[in-house]
Amino acid sequence: MTLPFTDRTWLWLAAALYLAGFIQGSIALFKRGRPAGGATYLLILLGYLAQLAGLALRGRAVGGCPLGNSFELYQFTAWSAITLYLAVGATFRLSLLGYFTACLASTVTLVSLLFPSWDAGQRVRIFGHNPWIELHAALAVFSYGAFALLALTSLMFLLRHFSLKSKRLGGWFSFLPSIRDLDQMGLRLLAAGAAILGFALAVGAVSWTRPETVVNLEKVVVTMVVAAAAFALLLLRLRGILPARRCALACLILFPAALLSLATVEPSRGRVPARPAPAAR
Amino acid sequence: MNIGHLFVIGATHHRTPLAVRERLSLDADGASALRDHLAALSGLREFAVLSTCNRIEFYGVAAGAEVAEQVCAAFCQRQQFDPTEFARFRLDLRDESALQHLVEVAAGLDSQILGETEIFGQMKQAYASAQAAGHTGPVLNRAFQKAFQAAKQVRTQTAITTGQISVANAAVELAGTIFGGLADARILLLGAGEIGEKTAKAFQSRGAASLTVASRRLERAIELATTLGASALPFEQREARLAEFDIVVCATSAPDIILPYAAVCAAMARRPTRPLFLIDQALPRDIEPSVAELENVFLYNLDDLARIVAENRAAREAETLKGRAIAGEKARALWQQVAALVAATSPAPSHDLARPGAAASAPETR
Repeated sequence: MTLPFTDRTWLWLAAALYLAGFIQGSIALFKRGRPAGGATYLLILLGYLAQLAGLALRGRAVGGCPLGNSFELYQFTAWSAITLYLAVGATFRLSLLGYFTACLASTVTLVSLLFPSWDAGQRVRIFGHNPWIELHAALAVFSYGAFALLALTSLMFLLRHFSLKSKRLGGWFSFLPSIRDLDQMGLRLLAAGAAILGFALAVGAVSWTRPETVVNLEKVVVTMVVAAAAFALLLLRLRGILPARRCALACLILFPAALLSLATVEPSRGRVPARPAPAAR
Repeated sequence: MNIGHLFVIGATHHRTPLAVRERLSLDADGASALRDHLAALSGLREFAVLSTCNRIEFYGVAAGAEVAEQVCAAFCQRQQFDPTEFARFRLDLRDESALQHLVEVAAGLDSQILGETEIFGQMKQAYASAQAAGHTGPVLNRAFQKAFQAAKQVRTQTAITTGQISVANAAVELAGTIFGGLADARILLLGAGEIGEKTAKAFQSRGAASLTVASRRLERAIELATTLGASALPFEQREARLAEFDIVVCATSAPDIILPYAAVCAAMARRPTRPLFLIDQALPRDIEPSVAELENVFLYNLDDLARIVAENRAAREAETLKGRAIAGEKARALWQQVAALVAATSPAPSHDLARPGAAASAPETR
């Protein structure tokens, strides 16, 4: 199937829809005094479909999962977070999660689009013909999407905690989910993120042990540090050593740390000059 | 001149003291007899009676200005109430104003507890009874049905029903912001007095299943526990078993602290991952205030709850203007639909009676 427009046009459209969801949510919340609910969800869904189209075009152009530069990594992370939100948001109906997700997705996608240098070096077939390495990379970045959503639920937890401790319960605080629901959702997302990243590392390790594979030590160490942090948080939380508020604070830091770690992953690859855009895009 | 009109007459909590409302309240037999009496009035084409603890109201479609007076007279006679005295408290609204009142009552905008929803059910019941007895017709059927729709709209488009406005319900709502559902929350009630009982009942009404009562007098704790379908706990075990509970309601008359910092601290060490909600409804306070500093502990005292209730009440009141505007808009549209039908109830044109909208004896009007 041939899609109209270029991949970046679709991704701009997706960012605009996420931003529209955030603006619409803000108007509903601060002007009308109630969460937008279904309208935000719909805008996010449309944005997700547009982003899917954009990433599919980019994937076709680069001949694999589009994870070849910072732009693609950030776009894929945002897409992963939205994938989880669409599943989690519908199942658990966490009030305001859509609003926060729209805010995060619009920020990440717009920032990645606003820096053309991030997308300067498009590289084709970066995983060669090794599907395991491609799966490893896709899963690892997908787990960062889970950490993105975890950061949002953690932020909501901290806001709810603040409202309860400071006894400010009115206004938009009243639309936040209960502290226990947020805690449980955070725990599930942390477990999911850690499990996916752990699996990604296991898949990668199969290839790394092969003699012909050149392993980038910096990349491996950074990814393992993120995974170790996630597993440590999970363990401390499950054992009751880390109270919910401190765990939320740590989870809130985990996502930006994971996001920043992508910067060490991407330059570690050998730069390949940008190739001319294929006719399909 | 058309003299057919829609009216509502009656007495409400706004102008009628409780002692008078008691004398005006209709029992089932009285209401039935009165309805038979009203059905026999020749000029009264349609009517419905709404009788609650806060209001007695007669909605009707009349073919003459004297009909509302006849309804009033019949009611006063039934209740053996002086009609002149009744005129002092009387609500008397006509046509569009009567419709607006109908919508406002259905929406809870006219209720003593602003935004309460019980009135909606009472009104539906009153309408269903009138309809079943054949006392309503095209005007009141449309008026009531549209009023119910408009009331739902008022409730969804404004925040008049949000936020609890009783201390007990505010505490329950707070528990919801911590635990979500209350079905698996374990509640300890310390003190077997009226306030604690009220709060415990409020928790039970919101699905709380596990309730334990402790009181200085064990027999009183057992008695209340039996009434509430709960279990009783010896008072002296409260500190040792504190870790078992998620919500603790303190409402004793003890002169000293009964839950000190050390006890709560020890309990939290045994349940670090589960939040603990402490509600101190006692005066002097039962719980040492410094426990609020503890991780995962949420302490609310009487002042905190009272402030939440006051804020909720103010928020609801701020929404009434919006609600009344919607009700007015709906009443105008509805009046345009039924005005012709109401006018058609007019009998012989020779009548020269008071204009619709006129009220007798300085009644409650808009």
